[in-house]
Amino acid sequence: MYFNVFGEKVSRAQWKEMLTAMKNRQEIIAAGLTRRDLLKMGLLTSAGMLVAKSGLSARVPDRCFFNCNQCASPATTPWVQPLPIMPIKRRVTSALNPAPTIAPNNAGGEGRTRAHQSPIGSNSNLPFPPPNIYQVVQQAGQVTMSPQLPVQTIWGFDGISPGPTYVSQYGSANLVRNVNQLPLSNGGFGNNEVTTHLHNGHTPSESDGFPCDFFPNPNIPAIANAFFYDQYYPNVLAGFLSDHQPNGDVNESMSTLWYHDHRVDFTAQNTYKGLAGFYLLFDSNHDSGNELTGFHLPTFPTYDIPMLLADRCFDPTTGLLTFDLFNLDGILGDKFLVNGAIQPFLHVSPRRYRFRWLNSGPSRFYQIYITDLNNLNANNQFWQISNDGNLLPTPVQVPAVALGVAERADVVIDFAQFAGKTIYLENRLEQVNGRGPTGNVLAAGQGNFLLQIIVDGPQVADNSVDPATAPQFFALPSTNVQPLVQREFSFDLTRDGQWQINGQFMDCNTVRFAVTQNSVEQWTLKNFGFGRPPWTHPVHIHFEEFQILQGAPGLFGQGDSRFYFRQENQSTGTNAARKDVVRLLPGQQVTLFFRFRDFLGRYPMHCHNVVHEDHAMMLRWELATVGDNNPRP
Amino acid sequence: MNRKEMLATLAGAPLAVLALAREARAGKDETPLSPAREAIRARYFPNVVLTTHEGKRVRFFDDLIRDKIAVIGLMYANCQGVCPAITANLVKVQKLLGDRVGRDIFFYSVTVKPEEDSPAALKAYAEQFHVGPGWLFLTGKPDDVELLRRSLGFVDPNPEVDKDKTRHSGMLRYGNEALSLWASCQGSAHASWIAESISWVDRPKGKRAES
Repeated sequence: MYFNVFGEKVSRAQWKEMLTAMKNRQEIIAAGLTRRDLLKMGLLTSAGMLVAKSGLSARVPDRCFFNCNQCASPATTPWVQPLPIMPIKRRVTSALNPAPTIAPNNAGGEGRTRAHQSPIGSNSNLPFPPPNIYQVVQQAGQVTMSPQLPVQTIWGFDGISPGPTYVSQYGSANLVRNVNQLPLSNGGFGNNEVTTHLHNGHTPSESDGFPCDFFPNPNIPAIANAFFYDQYYPNVLAGFLSDHQPNGDVNESMSTLWYHDHRVDFTAQNTYKGLAGFYLLFDSNHDSGNELTGFHLPTFPTYDIPMLLADRCFDPTTGLLTFDLFNLDGILGDKFLVNGAIQPFLHVSPRRYRFRWLNSGPSRFYQIYITDLNNLNANNQFWQISNDGNLLPTPVQVPAVALGVAERADVVIDFAQFAGKTIYLENRLEQVNGRGPTGNVLAAGQGNFLLQIIVDGPQVADNSVDPATAPQFFALPSTNVQPLVQREFSFDLTRDGQWQINGQFMDCNTVRFAVTQNSVEQWTLKNFGFGRPPWTHPVHIHFEEFQILQGAPGLFGQGDSRFYFRQENQSTGTNAARKDVVRLLPGQQVTLFFRFRDFLGRYPMHCHNVVHEDHAMMLRWELATVGDNNPRP
Repeated sequence: MNRKEMLATLAGAPLAVLALAREARAGKDETPLSPAREAIRARYFPNVVLTTHEGKRVRFFDDLIRDKIAVIGLMYANCQGVCPAITANLVKVQKLLGDRVGRDIFFYSVTVKPEEDSPAALKAYAEQFHVGPGWLFLTGKPDDVELLRRSLGFVDPNPEVDKDKTRHSGMLRYGNEALSLWASCQGSAHASWIAESISWVDRPKGKRAES
């Protein structure tokens, strides 16, 4: 599928010509030719326009030719690499040195600036040190993303991308010593000062990966040479110190989280370079990871597979990963990776599997279908069991799953119906630029193919629950509560192209508003661009999950909705859920219900199209013992 | 050869002066860039000839960007919109960064109306705002300036907005060319925040330019 800069489909021949044109232009620029030179060479008309010579597009003067969404990655052969399965992160086998401390050990090289907050160390749910200690090292690694691409450098946790998968249990806290061994030499993009966010843990602020908590930070003398940062992950249910003492509200259980770099202004570069991975939360009585117990969901890891989706661009000549540094819209890749490999294959047995889908960005929206090339018209429904990694009250049968950047969905697919067949996961959402999807859903087989699934594995026992029997997972916490404070946030672009929220710009040092600890708030998010092409923003709030009271986005292309929301949308189906990322569609307004509990400190809210995030569609808020009631902060 | 040595040598053999002078002019670094830096240069930093508000002709990449920490934004002299505010903001940023500006950090304001903004007009604009040294206002041939604007990504996806000079981008590009560290921040953000952002790419800390 080839597109030109206007989003129009072009033939492969036309695309190759555009590629030549781009190279020609680059050579002209690189040669530093002046206008007189270009005129002398007959490449400029007297009006100053580049001539429509074969290879030099006549449209060049009217449209951008650099910084357009024009990936031209080299050809790669799909379905030749097996789907990588990330290793499970193991606990350390010997004591950490220096030993972890509640107060930051700056003298010993720790980059933390705030102590692990009370009551860590004095609450039975928050022991210090906690029972599970990990050490992870952020470092450069060499990877092959496709046999046709050269071995190349990425940045990853433990040198792999995606990073290792954390497997954690509720009620058993973790301490992760996060070591930074990233090089200064970045091959063109990436910043080796980092801060790691666990998306979306109920995590105390000092361990949450706040964007300005990067380390080392030469502007803060105490951490100018820091090389590690201890992060405390309580693995505790929200409400444990407030309205659901002592162990929290089980209906706030989360299952599929991810971790990634969150360094202010460089998040897109660092995550694109590979700094991301999964973090899974289990509980023996509920999402147990064992299909014989708890909710009887397919056994992890054999039949429960996390899949990190990413779209990327590679240089047409060198085959190296390339990042568009001065792109403000959003970056669209033309290569589709799952777990770090381009278009891999997976063999499965004809039984139920749980897949955990994560859209890691940078900017694309997905709507994922099951496609059978021998039966394109089939409506291959499957079961969605979570939204943003939080189990739904009960499974919902769906034709597809929509994912903005950072959204997750757990699905259960019974491959028995496809025994002996080869099928595909296909993204059918049309998108031609980084601003958002067009709203069109392409016909089956016309989209982006992500994963080939070959159902030729051996017959094996399937003791997992059949979603059609309507098993009950978690109840939704009540939203029938008067909020203490209501606020609204307008996500906008100034006349001169600067992102803002409520008319203000990003600053880590500005606390826009404070939420009172252990209170309920209602936030309305608005996306009203004036007279511009439409933008779609996946907005994310740290620390707590929310429920959507109204304006929930549906699947793209359903009925008359296309990509426009319906204000009166009740949150039904998969939107009757706890979430932490909401797709804010053009002209849309959505109302969210939050409980903010247990911990204190600074957190951000931001668009998770990481290109917008870096430019900088973000603000800082705080949880405080006494908050404010500013309705439009 | 540094400036001191050259001056000492120039005191001697007059015939050698020409050769040395040529060498001095070409003395700006012509060693090849690493592939990563070269790819960035080719894509984003066309080596167009510009004229500064002091009337000096410069090549954009070779003279203004290479081996420097740069902050790049747009403006035009008769701007009634966002430019005065952003320029005033940058003046504050310059003060916050002190003598780093002009040494390793350089501010560049490129006009979006090169056909109107002569170097003299830009100089008047700069003086109006009391900009300090290390900050250049730049104009040039309209095609070159347009090429530069687009290469830097200061474009709007809506063609009508893109043509409207009064709505040119208020974003700033900032970066450290030698380290391939490039980012952007809002020109209307707090001056302290912009200064802090620029400081992040000011590495290694306290490096002084070779004289």
